[in-house]
Formats: sequence, structure tokens, C-alpha cells
Amino acid sequence: MCPLCGALLTEHWADAEGAAGRRARVLRARMLRRVLHGFGVALSDWGGTAYVLHDGKGRAEVVHDLTTLWARAEALAGRPLDPLDPDLLAALGRDG
Amino acid sequence: MADRLPVVLVTGFLGSGKTTLISALLAQPAMGETAVLVNELGEAAIDHHLVRQVDERTIVLGSGCVCCTLRGDLRDELRDLLDRRARGELAPFSRIVVETTGLADPAPVLSTLQTEPVLRHHVAVEAVVATVDAVSGSTTLDRHPESVKQVAVADALLVTKADLAAPAAVAALERRLRALNPLAALRRVAFGAVEPDEVLGARSREPAAASAAPAAPAGHAHADDVCAFTVTLDGAVDWDAFALWLTMLLHARGLDVLRVKALLDVGADGPVLLDGVQHVVHRPRHLDAWPDDDRRSRIVFITRGIEREAIETSLRAFVRLAVVAGR
Repeated sequence: MCPLCGALLTEHWADAEGAAGRRARVLRARMLRRVLHGFGVALSDWGGTAYVLHDGKGRAEVVHDLTTLWARAEALAGRPLDPLDPDLLAALGRDG
Repeated sequence: MADRLPVVLVTGFLGSGKTTLISALLAQPAMGETAVLVNELGEAAIDHHLVRQVDERTIVLGSGCVCCTLRGDLRDELRDLLDRRARGELAPFSRIVVETTGLADPAPVLSTLQTEPVLRHHVAVEAVVATVDAVSGSTTLDRHPESVKQVAVADALLVTKADLAAPAAVAALERRLRALNPLAALRRVAFGAVEPDEVLGARSREPAAASAAPAAPAGHAHADDVCAFTVTLDGAVDWDAFALWLTMLLHARGLDVLRVKALLDVGADGPVLLDGVQHVVHRPRHLDAWPDDDRRSRIVFITRGIEREAIETSLRAFVRLAVVAGR
């Protein structure tokens, strides 16, 4: 348990691989923002240990791993977040 | 895994020979001293081993998702078993075999073993074994979705009672099993006679080269809508882009992604091996070397009602995200 934020510090499987460090984290956040953009959810880094999700109504959620992130982002967006959604894939393609 | 107790999960439909298999396996010295958790004490004797009965009890977690439910019965029994072993109250044992009921969905059992805060540090899933009765297996697969799931998540599929069924029927059943789960070792056994190594080593084997997996149409010929396919990617895959995609896929479609097993080229010398059942993904393992000459990333999916094309198109779009993001 993290004494500051009360989060359970159990490592998520997605954090077991991949590059460490600030640059990797910046790029990870950039990818997440691209996906979340179309759902009206913004993301900011929280001290390099968590992310904060924001919607347009001033609501915010702190998340510590990707599994929680999708669930919270979906609640903020008010509609399903599905990577198979053709509209999402079309939007990602346009970004490129 | 080195300091965690290996757990073998034996699943399979009613009367398909689970207890016979366990009895025969435990008679072999290679199994070592084994504690066995069973749902019902059957007629087959399991001598000289610790046998405990588990009354099926499920704790539904806040998410309400079936595959992430915790099997409270199993958790309590395993914790008690580990406690008493540590205190020296039980004869030492080096392996645990868990036999599920025929109707059990194996996903909550796996979820309990791999995610329960205490257990996940003390036990490691060594293999999931499913017994399939050659006489009634096809009918069971037609009628009971749980049995399809048992087949889909297995590391070893053992066809029992093959001597009692017509050879053509056994062959058809084996083709169907192979199409449902190309990842699993598949073999016939009579009266549980199987070498422990064939069963115990099945989980840690890497998925075969993509060419060894059946073509997509072979996996589609079933009313149960479960199909298996392999997606192959050339060049190194950005781990974060992949993890982002897979966590999102499992969030949205986890109940219909029965199994994912991947060998990923992440730009290192050896690949990353990843294994997941529905929402529960085992901690990925970095291998020192590739198992064969094929260095392409390959991801085997066993899905229910999700087409290969949808998965592949989406995965490729997310892999490109890493390039766009500036890697």
C-alpha cells in the first residue's frame, strides 16, 4: 500500500516489460491520449507514478494501471471503449 | 516459479475420467508428494496422498465479471493447506492438484490462483489439463458452453475412452479439439496412463510457428462460434502499444477472448511470452532465445464471436500508434 495515495502497489502485467524512464512514459501517455481523444477524455501524468483522467465536466479519476484506466475512462466517456470500434480505428488512422 | 508451489488444474466434463487420470498420475514417482483438492470424493482411490474436499463457493467481486470472480472455497482451502504445511502440521508436499467439477468454468479457478493477493505469491499454475470423453465429447461440446471453455483454456487435452468409440468419431472429435485449441498438447489416454512430463510441461511450451496453427476456416465450423487463429507481425512490436491494445481489448471483449498466447518480438534477443485467459493475464516472461528460426511475433487467439480480421486490423492500428507517437 502506498502511504501517500493509498494505492495497492501490485505490479500490473503490462508494466512488467517495456522501457523504463521518463521518455518512455511520455510516449506511453502520448499513445493513450490519441486513443482517449475521441471519447472526450484527457489524460495527464501524475508524478510519474499514476495517470489522471479528466472529462469536460471537471470530473477527474486517478488510475494506477491500464486495466483500471479503461474502466474509469469508459465511465467518464459514458460509452463503451472498444479497440475493435471502426470509428476509433478510422480516427487513429487519420492521426497517422 | 522456482519458489512457488506448482498447481495442476484438472478439468473436464462429468464422467470424462478426471479422477482416473489423477489416480494414475499420482501413482507415478515423477509426480512427487502431491496434495489433491477435489470437489467430490469419488470412488477411485487416491492412496498415500493428501486429499481434501472443496465445497464449491464463489465470491463475486465488485466487477460482477464471471471470469474474475474469486473461488472463495479454493482460496480458503489452499491458504489453509499452505499454512499447515508451513507449520509442519502436514506431511511435506511439492505439488498441488486441483480437480474441478465437470460443470466448472475454469476461468475463476485460474483467476483465484493467479490474482488472489496471497496465493499468487505462493503457487504457480503448472498446467491446465482437460479430459474429453471420446464417446460423449462431441455432444458435450455441442450442449455445454463450459466444456468448450475447458477445452479452450487447456494446456493438455486428453481424449479418454477412445477404445469405446468408433475410430472415425474419435478422429472427428480430435479435429474439432485441435481447431478449438491449437495451443494444447493433444493425445489419447487409456485408464489415465500418461507420462507426467507430457502433461506438466505443456503450459510452458511456446506457441508453435504460425504455419503450424490451423487456417482460420478450420476453426469456424462450429455452432459454438469459438474459433482459433494466429496473427503474425513482422518487425519489433512496441511493448507499450501492445499492452495498451491488449488491456483495452480485454476490457471491452474479455469474456469473448477465451485465450491469448503470444510470442512477441520486442526488439530484444529473445521474445516475450505472454499467456492470458479472459481478463486474467499471467505475468509475461522474457525468453533468452526464440524456439525456432521464425522470429516474427505470433499471437494465438481463441475467441468467441470475434473474427480474425477485426482483431488483426485493430492490433495493427495500435502497433502503428507507437510509430506515430515518436518511437
